[in-house]
Amino acid sequence: MNTRAVYIHVPFCEQICHYCDFNKFYIKNQPIEEYLDLCEKEMANTIERFPTSEVTSIYVGGGTPTSLSTEHLSKLLRAIRTHFPIRDDYEWTVEVNPGSADNKKLEMMKEMGVNRLSIGVQTFDQELLKTIGRDHNPEDVSNTIKLARNNGFSNISLDLMFGLPNQTMDQFRETLERTMDMQIEHVSAYSLKIEAKTVFYQLMKKGKLSLPSEDLEADMYHVLREQLEKANLQQYEISNFAKRGFESKHNLTYWNNESYFGIGAGSHSYINGVRRANYGPLPKYMKAVQSLGFPYIEEHEVTFKEKMEEEMFMGLRKISGVSFKTFREKYGMEIEDTFKNIIPPLTEKGLLINDGTSIRLSNKGLFLGNEVFEKFLM
Amino acid sequence: MKPEDRIKRREKIRNFSIIAHIDHGKSTLADRILEKTSALTQREMKDQILDAMDLERERGITIKLNAVQLKYKAEDGEEYIFHLIDTPGHVDFTYEVSRSLAACEGALLIVDAAQGIEAQTLANVYLALDNDLEIIPVINKIDLPSAEPERVKQEVEDVIGLPQEDCVLASAKNGIGIEGILEAVVDKVPPPSGDPSAPLKAMIFDSLYDPYRGVIVYIRIVEGTVKPGEKVRMMATGKEFEVQELGVFTPKPDIREELTVGDVGFMIASIKNVGDTRVGDTVTSAKNPTTEPLPGYRKLNPMVFCGLYPVDTNDYNDLREALEKLELNDASLQYEAETSQALGFGFRCGFLGLLHMEIIQERIEREFNIDLITTAPSVIYSVHLTDGDILTIDNPSKMPDQQKIEHVEEPYVKAQVMVPNDFVGAVMELCQKKRGDYIDMQYMDENRVTITYEIPLSEIVFDFFDTLKSTTKGYASFDYELIGYKESRLVKMDILLNAEQIDALSVIVHRDSAFQRGKAIVEKLKELIPRQQFEVPVQASIGQKIIARSTIKAMRKNVLAKCYGGDISRKRKLLEKQKEGKKRMKSVGSVEVPQEAFMSVLSMDEGNN
Repeated sequence: MNTRAVYIHVPFCEQICHYCDFNKFYIKNQPIEEYLDLCEKEMANTIERFPTSEVTSIYVGGGTPTSLSTEHLSKLLRAIRTHFPIRDDYEWTVEVNPGSADNKKLEMMKEMGVNRLSIGVQTFDQELLKTIGRDHNPEDVSNTIKLARNNGFSNISLDLMFGLPNQTMDQFRETLERTMDMQIEHVSAYSLKIEAKTVFYQLMKKGKLSLPSEDLEADMYHVLREQLEKANLQQYEISNFAKRGFESKHNLTYWNNESYFGIGAGSHSYINGVRRANYGPLPKYMKAVQSLGFPYIEEHEVTFKEKMEEEMFMGLRKISGVSFKTFREKYGMEIEDTFKNIIPPLTEKGLLINDGTSIRLSNKGLFLGNEVFEKFLM
Repeated sequence: MKPEDRIKRREKIRNFSIIAHIDHGKSTLADRILEKTSALTQREMKDQILDAMDLERERGITIKLNAVQLKYKAEDGEEYIFHLIDTPGHVDFTYEVSRSLAACEGALLIVDAAQGIEAQTLANVYLALDNDLEIIPVINKIDLPSAEPERVKQEVEDVIGLPQEDCVLASAKNGIGIEGILEAVVDKVPPPSGDPSAPLKAMIFDSLYDPYRGVIVYIRIVEGTVKPGEKVRMMATGKEFEVQELGVFTPKPDIREELTVGDVGFMIASIKNVGDTRVGDTVTSAKNPTTEPLPGYRKLNPMVFCGLYPVDTNDYNDLREALEKLELNDASLQYEAETSQALGFGFRCGFLGLLHMEIIQERIEREFNIDLITTAPSVIYSVHLTDGDILTIDNPSKMPDQQKIEHVEEPYVKAQVMVPNDFVGAVMELCQKKRGDYIDMQYMDENRVTITYEIPLSEIVFDFFDTLKSTTKGYASFDYELIGYKESRLVKMDILLNAEQIDALSVIVHRDSAFQRGKAIVEKLKELIPRQQFEVPVQASIGQKIIARSTIKAMRKNVLAKCYGGDISRKRKLLEKQKEGKKRMKSVGSVEVPQEAFMSVLSMDEGNN
């Protein structure tokens, strides 16, 4: 089976956000050159071991990919182009930190073939940006977008967060207004979740973090959907909204439970039914690639049962849900038979909709997705 | 051993225990004594060695009794055999204390040089006196800056009547005065007096279940001699067993060819059930039995009852086995199967007190790994019906209809609180609030007062002790004894979740405080029960009348809206964790209720929790 998606992780940042628990390191004094070389080596080894005829989506995430210098970033992008057989109608996203992508960098990215930018806005409120530990200004966002447009980027996504400490509904509405003013093609909106090993976690333990109530967070989610809908940004997944035709191919790979390569420290991959996790710490990652060729810390062959479960709890994140046909083709079984004790109680509770050709979350179900997903773990 | 050797040996035996209030330094002193008598090498020496179980160590209370044989070379050049018997230090275990004291001829009474005599110390002194023990007062912690040994000596003389000059001054923590204590044991504690050739009389003061050996019985030989291979009879139960192994603890088990008068040790005899080895019972020879058992045996009656239910109904049999095993070790634990509409199959269990209950509950969860729902503790109510019948009710949900009840009686205790002068007001206020009847107040000296109240046991078992401690900044000490039943204006209050009555949440309350209690309980439940997918009304009712109400709002949002990239296994783990968390809750009707909620009916009033 072809693996058509590639994720590449750039684990460097110029500042560490208070909520972030991804694999990332403060960029100063890091062995960037060496890391990029080893990423390239991992790419070469990976494609040799798991050949694929075509790649249709590439996602360079982080960390902060744009924290790399133009030269470094271009080196990475060139490596990607060299090793993966990219098909003509590909989607190639790079995550961009507002303010850290100047004209030169954007120009280079465009030249290399990047055609989609995902800009980490989080909020347009200056105070809140400070609270969450980001050093960009709201103005940086519009400047970056302008520069990107000038360089010919026609597919831009903004990342937003809600449920931030002390965030009010008015602040969030304001952020949504400004987002829509930007006339972009895609929005991802995530609600804050406090994870261990973050500044926020420490604050929370000390009782110094005042988070919006569940009710307010739910109201924000409601407003989010309502407002973006008005701006023609259609919800196609729990946290994702797009103008028609601009749905992210790369993210759909995950939700459709399809395979993907994962390159770089802390990346995850899913190839030929095996999920793998790479070492996160740089020295370990680099040493493993150097000596073994592959940086895997974990390998798990997904069982048939797990595949079906994942098909559901990932697939139901999409507004279109999971189609009977797809399920049948992939697993040779009827979805309604496989989950015959699970689906009816959920439709009765109004959390799921069974329209005879697919199973999907109801409006209510979108708010309570985890209550639904949990049930599909058999 | 020849009979005359046994007599000779007897003269060198000293059996004693240590009685003290919690925190007055009992375990530390036991450690020092073990050190001084070289029972343990330095390497083996662990702090507070006698408190063996983890749980005890954590709570700092000794639950199981222990007995250690020690060799002590006294100043007179002779070697003595000491048996140090450890006693539990909580008011729930008064009977156990009395039996372990009965195994001794003497007792070290530890009194804190700063805090003086406490109510519980006094209670144990009376127990020791009841058993005719020679009491050696030890004023401990004399090196504390706040120590007032002279005042405390005076107190010992005034309150207990032991001469000041008998007091030994010590600091167990820093090893001061330990020799003085050991010499006093040699000089003052009388040797045992029984006849080694008489028919066997041995008192059981504890037992312990060992999965490989069966019950290990802790005995004190009062008369006669016992050897392996002999048949023995338990006088209270009539059960007979063949002795397999005898020994003493040094503190490691040390096997002996016989146990004779004065010995304190263990006996293993293929006993499968601790219920056959009741604390206080007399072991005698089956072939040549004594006619008279030792005095003082009584079967312990539990005072506090609660329902124990497995969170996962599949654990029911495991829970039964856990209770069976614990019962092997704890003859005062009672249980019988019961069914609750809300909780399914479980057990109604009887305990000596609230601490005993908590310990059992924790042991089941920790040692047997069963998640438990514990219903709020109840006492035994005596319900007099209009048709003249009398019911005893240990489960509030079993209370008959109000119309059928003529009146209800509840157990009362006489509570003695010893407290510095400054807190008299606070203590009296608390006792009044707990429906206490004032009986008496006595000044022990110009500063210390003993206040006596008669208080319903149900009020004591809830949070009396904790509240007492907090309102008196820890200065109050407290002891109680059951005095009998009195009529009270009691009603059953029911709790409804989502309009469904939950039997396991019913509680018996005094009519005058019903409204307030109902309000506190529904508020507490609202706090403890997580949001469900629908709105859940919580109501408190008496009969058909709703007296309090709150609402658990419907869950609004629970969806992972976070970008985990390709880390699917993390998403999976998160969902699995959520699913696991729900397993720990009990599905009652259609509502997922966490364990803590079943104890919430103990909420007394707002602001007090």
